[in-house]
Amino acid sequence: MEFCGGHTHAIMRYGIRQLVPATVEMRSGPGCPVCVTANADLDKAIAMAHLPGVIITSFGDMIRVPGSYSTLQQAKAEGADVRVVYSTMDAVDIAKDNPKRSVIFIGIGFETTAPTIAASIIKAQREGIENFYVLSMLKLTPPVMKALLEMGELKLDGIVCPGHVSVIIGSYPYEFIPRSYGVACVVSGFEPVDILLCIAKLVEQIERNQPKVEIAYRRGVKPEGNKKALQLMQEVFETNGANWRGIGIVPQSGLKLNQKYEHFDADKAFQTSLKPVREHKGCRCGDVLRGVATPPQCKLFGTACTPEKPIGPCMVSSEGACAAYHQYGAEHE
Amino acid sequence: MSNTVLLAHGSGGKLSHELVEENFLPSLTNPMLDKLDDSATFQINGHLAFTTDSYVVNPIFFPGGDIGKLAVCGTVNDLSMSGAKPLYLSLSIIVEEGFSLSELDCLVRSIKAATEEAGVKIITGDTKVVNQGQADKLFINTSGIGIIPPGIDISGANAQTGDKVILSGTIGDHGIAIMTQREGLKFEVPVESDCAPLNKLVAQMLETSANIHCLRDPTRGGLATTLNEFARQSRVSIVIEEDKIPVKEGVRAACELLGFDPIYVANEGKLVAIVKPDDADKVLAQMRQNGYGRDAAIIGEVTNNRPGRVIMKTKLGPSRIIGMLSGELLPRIC
Amino acid sequence: MPKVMCLAIPVRVISIEGDEAETDIGGVKRKVGIVLTPEVKVGDYVLLHTGYAIGVIDEAEAEETLKLLEEIVSHIEVHRRVPK
Repeated sequence: MEFCGGHTHAIMRYGIRQLVPATVEMRSGPGCPVCVTANADLDKAIAMAHLPGVIITSFGDMIRVPGSYSTLQQAKAEGADVRVVYSTMDAVDIAKDNPKRSVIFIGIGFETTAPTIAASIIKAQREGIENFYVLSMLKLTPPVMKALLEMGELKLDGIVCPGHVSVIIGSYPYEFIPRSYGVACVVSGFEPVDILLCIAKLVEQIERNQPKVEIAYRRGVKPEGNKKALQLMQEVFETNGANWRGIGIVPQSGLKLNQKYEHFDADKAFQTSLKPVREHKGCRCGDVLRGVATPPQCKLFGTACTPEKPIGPCMVSSEGACAAYHQYGAEHE
Repeated sequence: MSNTVLLAHGSGGKLSHELVEENFLPSLTNPMLDKLDDSATFQINGHLAFTTDSYVVNPIFFPGGDIGKLAVCGTVNDLSMSGAKPLYLSLSIIVEEGFSLSELDCLVRSIKAATEEAGVKIITGDTKVVNQGQADKLFINTSGIGIIPPGIDISGANAQTGDKVILSGTIGDHGIAIMTQREGLKFEVPVESDCAPLNKLVAQMLETSANIHCLRDPTRGGLATTLNEFARQSRVSIVIEEDKIPVKEGVRAACELLGFDPIYVANEGKLVAIVKPDDADKVLAQMRQNGYGRDAAIIGEVTNNRPGRVIMKTKLGPSRIIGMLSGELLPRIC
Repeated sequence: MPKVMCLAIPVRVISIEGDEAETDIGGVKRKVGIVLTPEVKVGDYVLLHTGYAIGVIDEAEAEETLKLLEEIVSHIEVHRRVPK
């Protein structure tokens, strides 16, 4: 199972399933930060978009994801100020350029993005910017890996560990997996050769019954990770229980702004009243995210749910398993 | 005289006439337009092609062109893709009050240059002025008439098994040039729009071969969408090779950074031709002699084992099906 | 269709000023925050992710992977077949 949307996409795009032996079965895990965001959180972001004087800044993928009733893009069409940014720094710049407005940045991502958001918050603090806020929906990878292993729905033999999350956290955080669950772990890069190498190493570990943690992406990942990035995360965030689509609350799997930086916390600064959260009937994003269903097994896949008219986030986000399956075709020559 | 467009410029009265006479006529002058009758009249015999397009691009000035150049080239190219020689265009502008007249002049000069290069005339026009904020600065519509030489039958439904697929040059240039100008992205990209009139290139191709079956310019939706259209219309399958598709390095890099696939990015100065295999090499050679076809390449061929599908062979071996562009291109995240 | 998100891209550092670096990839330039990689030097390749460098690429390891890729590609060219 891979736990990284980038891997999900690359595996489909490069036809990796066609290149590995039939004895290797690959399932996608909850690796897409947009897809694992629960409707309750999406609804909150959309509600904040409608608050007076607010500018919502967000990474591109988020704006088309459907919450219970709407999307950020829909909110924009209704008059909300919603802007796509490439970097959190760009959102801070927008705050600087619009001192009378409140700029809320939708903080979606895993450990790769968390330090960049932390760095931007620290910079905003240093520059005395008071109208910049982050709505944190950041999540952590090792806790959700543990949660899935504990749930035990699939008999996993090996895990393709995320590439860029691992640049930040290193490989030590995965050690509990072979130790407590006997599952092989290899950190992979994103080129086809990287992924094939990773799978080859996983198969080797499994055949020798010697599960451990290995790095097959050594040009980018060190076992100890990026200490500076981890330090910045610690400076700004503390862990909390996060709500994962399809899984529920996983303890200590999310990041929220700590007390020192709470004046940047959109959750504390803004009140929203929300209509009851609802899920879309028939949507199996939750099952797809846990790897217990493949996208084509969802009855809505390709019919009621398409990239133009998505019902669930897995079809919208460029890293979603459903979008990848739809784009690259379950059929290959 | 003010230096911005006023609502009165669109009212049909004195200021409207001034606007036409001082800002449009001097550059675009020709006997038919100069008459300024309610409609342009002309005699024409033959198999005609007629097309229309509206241009709403933002930003209106971009590296490699502007909305004026685009408005001429887009319509000239649509006519050319039927094999027609483009002759006459209409030019209809909806502009916001407050728009700078010197910018308008810039656009008119661009339009003039494009019509001169393509060898077409604007013979009728219209200007409307709306309140600020109602036309995203400026919208343009051009309609065009062309004449198709006898014996030419080019259509998306004409592709045949065995035909070769020829692409006239690098893809993704226009879309990337536009996208990187959008606020919030802040990239410096050495890429210009490829906006260009392709009618002379097409004329040369048609002189070289009577067996050009299909022609289309891959604008919004990119190469992938155009190929899918051909596959569906002709009920054939098309197989292309990823590493034969020319892409500029800067475009490839920008696509990586923004999370786009060049085969879905818009082009405004390229065409895809589907040609009988025996003629493919000589058409290619002819294309490469034209500045707008210098990077032309044969990128694939037409087969019949998966009608309606477009399949791309990747460098490492496995092929994948490529569909039409679905949804929008949005710069992605994480 | 937007491609991969979680993809940090390798870009080359061409100059450094304070906590930002000017980087280049294929002629495309972008200013990048380097607070997460203070050890970076001009000429290094870094992984760029949402406007920040998240790690410096180990060139020796990159060479190894490139060699592996070249081996695979030449093997495929010799035994060209579509698997399965």
